[in-house]
Amino acid sequence: MSVSLGALELPGPVLVAAGCGGTGRELEPYVDLATLGAFVTRSISLDPRSGAEAPRVVETPSGLLHAEPPSPGLEPFLASELPWLVRSGARVVVSITGRSLGEHTEIARRLGRAPGPVAVEVAVSGEPFHAASLVAAVVRDLPRGLPVLAKLRPDPLRVVETARGVLDAGAAAVVVGDAQAAALPDGRPAGLSGPAIRPVALRCVTEVCAALPDAAVIGGGGIATTADARSFLAAGARAIQVGTALLHDPTTAARIAAELDQETP
Amino acid sequence: MSLHVTGELLDSKRVGAYRHLTLVAPGVAERFRPGTFVALTLADSARLARRSYWIHQVRPVGGYGPALQLVVEPIGVAGTWLAGLPVGSKVGLTGPLGRPFALPKEPVSCLLVGEDVSAAPLFPLAERLRERGCAVTLLVAGRDEAHLLSALEARRSARAVTVVTADGSVGQKGRVADVVVETLARARAEVVYAAGPHETLHAVAAAAEDQGAWSQTAVEVTQPCATGLCHGCALPVVGEDGVSRTVRACTEGPVVRGDRVRWGALA
Ligand SMILES: Cc1cc2nc3c(=O)[nH]c(=O)nc-3n(C[C@H](O)[C@H](O)[C@H](O)COP(=O)(O)OP(=O)(O)OC[C@H]3O[C@@H](n4cnc5c(N)ncnc54)[C@H](O)[C@@H]3O)c2cc1C
Ligand SMILES: Cc1cc2nc3c(=O)[nH]c(=O)nc-3n(C[C@H](O)[C@H](O)[C@H](O)COP(=O)(O)O)c2cc1C
Ligand code: FES
Repeated sequence: MSVSLGALELPGPVLVAAGCGGTGRELEPYVDLATLGAFVTRSISLDPRSGAEAPRVVETPSGLLHAEPPSPGLEPFLASELPWLVRSGARVVVSITGRSLGEHTEIARRLGRAPGPVAVEVAVSGEPFHAASLVAAVVRDLPRGLPVLAKLRPDPLRVVETARGVLDAGAAAVVVGDAQAAALPDGRPAGLSGPAIRPVALRCVTEVCAALPDAAVIGGGGIATTADARSFLAAGARAIQVGTALLHDPTTAARIAAELDQETP
Repeated sequence: MSLHVTGELLDSKRVGAYRHLTLVAPGVAERFRPGTFVALTLADSARLARRSYWIHQVRPVGGYGPALQLVVEPIGVAGTWLAGLPVGSKVGLTGPLGRPFALPKEPVSCLLVGEDVSAAPLFPLAERLRERGCAVTLLVAGRDEAHLLSALEARRSARAVTVVTADGSVGQKGRVADVVVETLARARAEVVYAAGPHETLHAVAAAAEDQGAWSQTAVEVTQPCATGLCHGCALPVVGEDGVSRTVRACTEGPVVRGDRVRWGALA
């Protein structure tokens, strides 16, 4: 059941969401990565980042809160994590993160020279205008014209406008959506993920697909079962991402992929 | 290689303050090494984080093959749920997980230090060490008699057993930190294995370093996924290269060299 996302062809509709598959190696006992649509890496920054202080991942009813995850830095990632992922047969989408436009474009330039990735994912959380300029800059600086996936926060009020902006700026597809802006019990900023955000994410996917029927949309947010996946696909998403559900049960992506595959005539 | 399976509770019995659970989990018990653990899925689907438990023993159960034994302290969300679980219940389980205790190549003298429920992984370790011809000394500690994991069984594998309780209800009155230096010297141990609260592990690692012994500490850090996926179980260490970093307790640990842990930075 192959899936076409603009310039990007994937062998299946189920992707591992950023930051929820470890380095790939840890997921391998539970799923053959080569059989999935793609593996999105944890977000890679230019320099190593140690991430937020503990506790970094906290339980909340039907969800998880995560503070800033650590990043190995681009060079160590290119030296060990990426080659392993490519050898595993996974379609690798590299998620990138930066504190400035310049950092993003620097990563894009260096990543463009590395063999292996099939796409780059950029999480955009700011104003629609800033989101579009960030995407435009990354698209411009990717030498081999690697497709860019723009990942948006599931904010029903702004998601259509942001999606339109990033697609106009050259994104091949939009990922709707990311974790929702939230706070840990101690007040530090965090992302809320898991079934708690699924209805909101589904609303966002529905609105983007209705307003932009030609857009390639990857749906995500709280997907834990094949029925969940189906509701995002029925709303118009061409593919889906599974994140938090893997932390709860590492076989989730394999199971959803197999069950969706069985259904296709 | 770890497996994700549905386990079945075969037996649950109270021993002192704890519950000993026997679970069949096809394939998991066969791959067990001392120091590895399992991650359980709570029945309450609104609780997404896994809960980790040491594999205490692997024992054949008639008709089922090897089964896992866990020791559960019946407190908190997971502890009370597990302790009250009726026999026959199904439990989602992943394991065995984590890096086990490293075993010495030579039949050297070893000291094993365990406190409260955290002492669970040391008992199968004692058996393995004895099979390798190592002289095993056990130091078992607990808040009180009810929270002391039974040293009785372990006596078979150990040359000497020291028991300390904080309230003096059995054995010597005191804490691990009070007796570890002397016990280590008396055993002339070259390797020390420890499992317990962080302060205890720190004290053991420091004593081992002072006396030129290797230490292997089993560190319990809250593990949201327990499988290496979320990076939510940061364990602060100093790498082989001397550089401070954090590793994932569930994959690079839970057993790590005691002299590599930055105990002060561990919350
Ligand atoms: C390697 C390892 C081995 C262990 N072995 C044993 C053992 O053999 N026997 C034993 O009794 N205990 C063991 N523990 C402790 C056990 O995993 C649980 O932490 C303990 O039972 C308390 O869980 P609880 O849900 O009852 O916590 P509670 O005290 O009820 O939890 C308090 C709060 O912490 C949050 N929380 C708890 N666990 C997590 C988590 N994993 N991720 C995110 N948030 C969380 C909950 O949401 C809750 O709000 C081990 C822990 C580790 C790391
Ligand atoms: C522990 C954890 C770490 C995450 N790390 C990243 C990350 O590095 N980059 C990113 O874009 N999203 C990250 N996310 C967000 C997920 O990729 C996903 O978009 C979001 O959690 C919603 O989907 P879910 O409910 O299926 O998890 C992370 C989520 C979690 C729970
Ligand atoms: S608990 Fe998730 S990586 Fe260790």
